[in-house]
Amino acid sequence: MSAINAGDTAWVLMSGALVLFMTPGLAIFYGGMVRAKSTLNMMMMSFAAMGVTTILWVLYVYSLAFAPDAKGGLIGNLHNIGLSHTINEVVGNPGHQIPELAYVMFQLTFAIITVALLSGAIADRAKYGSWVLFIAIWVTFVYAPVAHWAFASQHGHGGWIVDRLHALDFAGGTVVEINSGAAALALAIVLGRREGFKRDPMRPHNMPLVLLGAGMLWFGWFGFNAGSAMSAGQLAATAMINTQIATAAAAMSWLTYEKIREGKSTTLGSASGAIAGAVAITPACGFVTPLGALVIGALAGLISAYAVSRKYKFNYDDSLDVVGVHGIGGIVGMIGVGLIATTAVNKLGGNGLFINGNASLLVKELIAIVATAAFSFTATFAIAKTIEKTIGFRVRRDIELEGLDTTIHAESAYDITSYTTR
Amino acid sequence: MKLITAIVKPARVDDIKTALQANGIAGMTVSEASGFGRQKGHKEVYRGAEYTVDLIPKVRLEILVDDLDLNRIVDLVVATANHGAIGDGKVWVTAVETVVRVRTNERGSDAL
Repeated sequence: MSAINAGDTAWVLMSGALVLFMTPGLAIFYGGMVRAKSTLNMMMMSFAAMGVTTILWVLYVYSLAFAPDAKGGLIGNLHNIGLSHTINEVVGNPGHQIPELAYVMFQLTFAIITVALLSGAIADRAKYGSWVLFIAIWVTFVYAPVAHWAFASQHGHGGWIVDRLHALDFAGGTVVEINSGAAALALAIVLGRREGFKRDPMRPHNMPLVLLGAGMLWFGWFGFNAGSAMSAGQLAATAMINTQIATAAAAMSWLTYEKIREGKSTTLGSASGAIAGAVAITPACGFVTPLGALVIGALAGLISAYAVSRKYKFNYDDSLDVVGVHGIGGIVGMIGVGLIATTAVNKLGGNGLFINGNASLLVKELIAIVATAAFSFTATFAIAKTIEKTIGFRVRRDIELEGLDTTIHAESAYDITSYTTR
Repeated sequence: MKLITAIVKPARVDDIKTALQANGIAGMTVSEASGFGRQKGHKEVYRGAEYTVDLIPKVRLEILVDDLDLNRIVDLVVATANHGAIGDGKVWVTAVETVVRVRTNERGSDAL
């Protein structure tokens, strides 16, 4: 029986709580961004993710993602089904071992927020029961394999991205960000545009809620990124400061882009930029220098600000810009790793093209991006289409117009009325 | 008796209330309203998408006055609300059959 490292364990336990806090934060972030008539439904979609994912995680999803590899680095076996063989077990390198159940909890919170992120693409129009079913199927057939690919490091015999391709993804640029972005695009396409998309104003009904949610996400992201160091040491500190730097830089660069393009710096731009920066630094925070994080963050803010405006051109209703912020931000971060990762920061990492002139890491990052996006989009499209064809995924038109809160949940977010269309 | 109804910018309400009180008017009713007129809407921008908000928040004031006070009070409201900008509002006057003070059952001008 190996010795538990108490400091590392404390940090990972704390990080699990921090990352879980991000999902109610996301609910508030998203809830403020939709119209008042479907606010509760938007928030409930995130809470459903917390419930359903947790139950399935215990039953078998943790095992599919993190148990010893079943075949070819594609999926875990059933060794940890029902969380068997996890009690009083340890994970981690010698000297930095933590209880496996701390790891189970920490990784669970990643699965929860990833599926919750998708809900932003289908705001105001999804059947709640179908969404709950979707969560169950998606975490099983999409999240579990992708998490296995990129997170299940098992001495060279685990997931193919981390152990065979050796692409670098510190905290989930593929598993969480690109995965959710690609899946969100598929969902938005299957469910179709909201009634009145591009015709009616669908402006955020409560910007202070959006900022509060963004703040909770920013705060929780320290657990997400620095917790992914799996120890309370130099690497966690690097990841934490890099997260702060990139998030701040992206908030400012998004505002700058807006100021130049539209003449106004907006609250929503500030919140969106912060999230885009945190997204982009997620795969990179343990591999790049603080100045590198500054560059990645600043670029992510600009590129995501541009990307979110493209949806009107392509005419798909990714309502809350999961594709533009998470998908594109994740890609920016993964490419950033391929360009400016340096072993001066993390000797277990690698060197990017601009550090040693060798493009091999960049190629690995690109393979990981394309594989994750292609698999996630295709599988999600198939799942969503199957639900749409069987029990239906989209609410009736009159329910959508009335708003989902009173019709589906028999509640309303606010006990006030207004004559405007908010 | 007459009912003066004024639709004004929310920012003018305090000035009008102060002016009315200084001129012996004992009460008015205020409600939030929204609508459109020549002012049209304003533009808001969310993540690069521009929305025209064409129902603009306004405040509706309702003031009951004696016929003798009518012109003086209408002038007062208009003068206070007028900042020379489109969207300053509208004021109209309607005839009122009677008014009752609930507590005392007083009728007509006595109830004002």
